[in-house]
Amino acid sequence: MSLTAKKPALPSEDKRWRIVSGTMRRHGFSRDALIETLHTVQESFGYLDKTSLRFVAESLRVPLSQAYGVATFYHLFTMKPPGKHCCLICMGTACYIKGADSLLATAEDALGIRSGETTPDLNASLTTARCIGSCSLAPAVVFDGETLGNAEPIGLRQKLEGWRPS
Amino acid sequence: MTPEELEVLAKDSQIARSQSPHSLNVCMAAGCLTLHSREVKEALDEEVKRTGKLCRVRGVGCMGLCSLGPLVVSGPGDLLYRNVTPADVPELIGTLDDAPLSRLQCSREQAFFARQLNIVTENSGRIDPEKIEEYISVGGYQALLQVLTEKTPAQVVLEVSKSGLRGRGGAGYPTGLKWGTVAKSSGANKYVICNADEGDPGAFMDRSVLESDPHRVLEGMIIAGFAVGATRGYIYVRAEYPLAVKRFTTAIRDARRLGFLGSQICNTQFSFDVDVRIGGGAFVCGEETALIASIEGKRGTPRPRPPYPAQSGLWGMPTLINNVETFANIPAILRRGAEWYASIGTAKSKGTKVFALSGKVRNVGLIEVPMGMTLRQIIFEIGGGVPEGHKFKAVQTGGPSGGCIPEQFLDLPVDYESLREVGSIMGSGGMIVMDDTACMVNVARYFMEFCMSESCGKCVPCRAGTAQMFELLTRMTEGSATLRDLQLLEELCDMVSNTSLCGLGQSAPNPVLSTLRYFREEYLEHIEKKHCRAGVCACAPAEVSA
Repeated sequence: MSLTAKKPALPSEDKRWRIVSGTMRRHGFSRDALIETLHTVQESFGYLDKTSLRFVAESLRVPLSQAYGVATFYHLFTMKPPGKHCCLICMGTACYIKGADSLLATAEDALGIRSGETTPDLNASLTTARCIGSCSLAPAVVFDGETLGNAEPIGLRQKLEGWRPS
Repeated sequence: MTPEELEVLAKDSQIARSQSPHSLNVCMAAGCLTLHSREVKEALDEEVKRTGKLCRVRGVGCMGLCSLGPLVVSGPGDLLYRNVTPADVPELIGTLDDAPLSRLQCSREQAFFARQLNIVTENSGRIDPEKIEEYISVGGYQALLQVLTEKTPAQVVLEVSKSGLRGRGGAGYPTGLKWGTVAKSSGANKYVICNADEGDPGAFMDRSVLESDPHRVLEGMIIAGFAVGATRGYIYVRAEYPLAVKRFTTAIRDARRLGFLGSQICNTQFSFDVDVRIGGGAFVCGEETALIASIEGKRGTPRPRPPYPAQSGLWGMPTLINNVETFANIPAILRRGAEWYASIGTAKSKGTKVFALSGKVRNVGLIEVPMGMTLRQIIFEIGGGVPEGHKFKAVQTGGPSGGCIPEQFLDLPVDYESLREVGSIMGSGGMIVMDDTACMVNVARYFMEFCMSESCGKCVPCRAGTAQMFELLTRMTEGSATLRDLQLLEELCDMVSNTSLCGLGQSAPNPVLSTLRYFREEYLEHIEKKHCRAGVCACAPAEVSA
């Protein structure tokens, strides 16, 4: 038997909150479902913000500080809205040995932002990964979820410039 | 499910397979999928439908030679085709009854395949990883049924001990000993955790095993649960591996359906269930106590050991943690016997090891070899050596916790002890070949940057030490370092490795130490002559480059 405190109301009418709530229910609103729930929030909304952290923390009865701590500890969670497009450059050893650093420099130059940033018009984000496990195709770049192997700076620049809103 | 029922299932699946004279297996693991193998499979499906040819087209797991994907195997005859595109499909189907399509054929006799010994990867590329019946048809879950009906938990632990299997996550702790400790520990609940947080850059063995043969890992986990008296298991998978998560989740669902998971498995008193937990992209979570904290929904920071997880792990209960590859070995050991397994390998390292061979080598991909094979055989025979025009310089094993092994040790037989002796470690199995275009100081700096960013920040030596070492290495690559900096770097290596809390910090200096040991002259060139022989670092003085 548990002392079930009243669950906080969904932050808004947005249907995506029901998905988040569903994940928590599946884990019986247990505290250790924090990371799983944050994954769902990020999948649904693209990023974590104050509203979602507060909602999840209250629902799972964990201190807000712990929710914030977890959200900032894991690299995968982001607290900034992502761009419309996302370019991810793998910086794993095999990719690095085959020139991933020059790909990163090219991408930073083409988009005019640094790794981890999003263009001011929210059109494109640039991130790096520790290793995506596509070492056989090194160096690898992921454009909007689609992996491209044996990437070269010229092709990368063309692809990124093609993302620019006309 | 009884042994008889299992046999019927296996037979049915074999009969279904033998009904069509031809089969085409398309690799649907991550490497080939990136090279558009899904399009190839769809084109094959359509062409078979169009021509009415009796041919079974299946998606299977990784075949190893990832650099030549998409790979397709045509049966009978086990012909391997490489670089297949949808445009090749009509010809492939059209020539099924004729001679092999030599334009695309890839020899199975070449050293890459011939020198391997496949145990963990025996089903990879041969069965559809999303169908439990296919796993059963090649002898899957036989070991589990046999264990549940004929053996006691203590006998299982003894069998695993006798096999000589050691942890494949990197440290090489004897698996049987670990199982025995958990079995003896008392607690209201016990847990089994499969560590699939394969964080070493350049390692993709666990990913491939989970994508190609997930049931094998699951069967190993269930057997482990029985042996140590656990009722619940977790697999902690990196979020970067969505396909592995999907296939393992499917495997769990199918195993529940057939009664291999859940309560009273196969009509015995044993109950066990498995859940998937997805990581958050933190390298430190590969450390067992950090991984446990992460499963508990907390920040992934390690804690001092003892107590070891075997005594007090998940929620303070006795917990068995093994790596994916370790669990994948278990069904084979129990099916074929500990003596058979112990007959493979070297005196202290038994069985096989899966390596992800990548970097500057011709055949990039996934290989499995018996312990004790030399680095030269792996890199130059299986890997085909360094591509034209360049010279082998070093091979990096063990990721950020390992080291760079130079040419003089190429004839070293690979096992846990020999790699440690030369300043590297077995690690999880990443093997990255470097040629003369790689600067060893820069490589050391690369790994230090990795450790610095991935340090969880809990203990000072690791948090501050890695940052200081990174700064010193940066000075060297930029050409502003002095000999005093080199001395300081060596002192810091010693301090960080001896005083850090967990394996991440303790092993963070390894890449520096091993490159200092074998490539010290490169460090001195950077410092004294401001020269980088590989031409990677921008340390040359301005007047020279101008």
